[in-house]
Amino acid sequence: MNLPRIPIGEAVDSGVDWITTNLAAFLDAISDLLSFLVNGLTDLLLIPPEFVAIVLLTLLAVAMRSVTFGVFTLIATLLVASMEMWEMAMETLSLVLVATVIALVIAIPLGILAARKNAVSTVVRPVLDFMQTMPAFVYLVPVVAFFGIGVAPGVCATIVFAMAPGVRLTELAIRQVDKETVEAGEAFGGTPGQILRGIQLPLGLPTIMAGVNQVIMLALSMAVIAGMVGAGGLGSEVVNGVSRQDIALAFEAGLAVVVLAIFLDRITGAIGQPTGKSVPALIRRKRAESARRQADAEQAAAPQSAPSTTAA
Amino acid sequence: MPAIEASGLTKVFGRRPQRGVRMLREGADREQLQREGLTAAVIDATFEVKPGEISVVMGLSGSGKSTLIRMVNGLLEPTAGSLTIDGQEVTNLSDAGLRDVRRNKVSMVFQHFALLPHRTVGENAAYALELRGVSRAEREQRAQEALGMVGLGGWGDSLPSQLSGGMRQRVGLARALAAGTDIMLMDEAFSALDPLIRKEMQDQLLELQSELGKTILFITHDLNEAMRLGDHVAMMRDGRIVQSGTAEQILNEPATDYVAQFVADVDRTKVLTARTVMERPVAVVGPDSGPRAAHKLMREHQVSSLLVVSRDRTVHGLVWEDDVADAVRQGSEALPIKSDDVIRVAPDTALAELFHHAAASRAPLAVVNQAGRLEGIIPRVTLLSALSPHQSNGNHGDAGADSGDDTRFAPAGAL
Repeated sequence: MNLPRIPIGEAVDSGVDWITTNLAAFLDAISDLLSFLVNGLTDLLLIPPEFVAIVLLTLLAVAMRSVTFGVFTLIATLLVASMEMWEMAMETLSLVLVATVIALVIAIPLGILAARKNAVSTVVRPVLDFMQTMPAFVYLVPVVAFFGIGVAPGVCATIVFAMAPGVRLTELAIRQVDKETVEAGEAFGGTPGQILRGIQLPLGLPTIMAGVNQVIMLALSMAVIAGMVGAGGLGSEVVNGVSRQDIALAFEAGLAVVVLAIFLDRITGAIGQPTGKSVPALIRRKRAESARRQADAEQAAAPQSAPSTTAA
Repeated sequence: MPAIEASGLTKVFGRRPQRGVRMLREGADREQLQREGLTAAVIDATFEVKPGEISVVMGLSGSGKSTLIRMVNGLLEPTAGSLTIDGQEVTNLSDAGLRDVRRNKVSMVFQHFALLPHRTVGENAAYALELRGVSRAEREQRAQEALGMVGLGGWGDSLPSQLSGGMRQRVGLARALAAGTDIMLMDEAFSALDPLIRKEMQDQLLELQSELGKTILFITHDLNEAMRLGDHVAMMRDGRIVQSGTAEQILNEPATDYVAQFVADVDRTKVLTARTVMERPVAVVGPDSGPRAAHKLMREHQVSSLLVVSRDRTVHGLVWEDDVADAVRQGSEALPIKSDDVIRVAPDTALAELFHHAAASRAPLAVVNQAGRLEGIIPRVTLLSALSPHQSNGNHGDAGADSGDDTRFAPAGAL
């Protein structure tokens, strides 16, 4: 039996054609903007000499997470530098950061909206499923048609591919905030905005950060694939390694991606759920401890002048 | 004017709930609504809470009590009926109007505390004021005061996670107190606490209430708690209020079998107080009367002891039959008053405690208020009969020689 063929592919194709011919100016503007952002950020990241940048990243790791992670960062970034992948790594980093920021700017408000309105959630969910499961390579075709070869199609494909978990986890984060606590906000006369800012976002932060983390990881994997359309960075090196059968190059570029991935993952993870082992946290705890000890000493010195405040 | 007044308050959950209200008016019951996919959570609830009173709504889970309390501050919009707070109808208010009511008139304490874990205790206590836009200095000061009232002074900089359950709920209470509203809604506020802490919190609430005179609507599934706290108790079942009245009324005159069954398990010795079982003394004697007058009174009323009470109802002591008889025989003019033999109890002493006192003396217990004035007496037999659920009320009980003749209470009669 022959089913009549439904020309979905052709429809999408002619849709893409229509956009490229009719919205050329708009696409050019976007392309210019994205290239400007990514190249600008790359230049910025490359201003400090490698070793200065490595020290800065290590300090960031120590401040955000722990001394152990700082040691890892130091060794891993030195490794990247010694493989002569530093410039490419920074290109990829800026592509990932730009794509992530744009994806989150769209995803978080959309997630909040979906959490509030079931109708939005119902519409958004299948779209996200589609975006996330469509094979990543497929995105490369239309974006190349839109933007040609370069950074812009890479960023665009990355945004589309990476956005879904941002929306999903933001929606989940808002929905799973303890109902009673939200009620408390309402019961004391909070406006929806006050409740969102004061209760839902802070309490949902760990989950939202898990979403951010996912977005970054997906962006990183897509950024490598985007190397195929000339997005530059480590992706291009991987593609070169594959096409030239250069195992050494491919592996080294791949290793740099891994270092980047681990660094970004641990840093964003620490924002969502502080480890308590970061250096500022350690200092704070030391201080609190000594303050407590001092208070105890004072209390012991004058026991009768300090009646228990907890007495019922 | 009642602080809260509800009439015909109904909440139906489901699609197009109005048809549920129509069905209920036509006499349909909850099950019929359920078949239509509607849940009638609260049906035709009519009640009022007077200013400065603790009103308790008591019911098991699913009885609609949580829905009821949430309609009072508009967290849930009633499907039908009216609700006024300080005379202002709140069912038809806009979002902004409703926020205004919540900010200025009604605060709430939650079962699981609903504190913000990322903020300090002080910031939590100040939360209501922060929403209202009160300046930082003022709200910190008021939060500090409120924390002091609940016994958490000095804990302002801790995080809620560093506190025990009881202390967390004190923060919840302080948050509501700092809001400064006259009305406080308490949704199973102490149910998540363990029994000892719960009792402590109940005591504290009663204390705060007598100090501050807040109007409190308290929801609970614990009948003992309801009886202990409530000036007024409403029993809910299947969305309807089945009986409302004072704790004693519900205990002694249950309106339905359900209520009767419910209160059967109540420890009456903990709910009933000296005030509820005391009776007017059969006779008392003035401190200046002679032994003869006392002797005559004792013979008339066939009692073995008499309280000695002056005109302003100050209790001086009591006289025993034997001593009076001796005094008469010896022709003494002074009453042989034994001031230490009188056991004085406060009106709000629980029955359970009275037993302990009653065992110590043959004479009836004297119920004395804070000013030291006599309010009534409790003979042992009254104490025992109060325990029986079939007794309508101790005051009218078949209690020994008491004939319930009020005129004989005044000491003047014995002088």
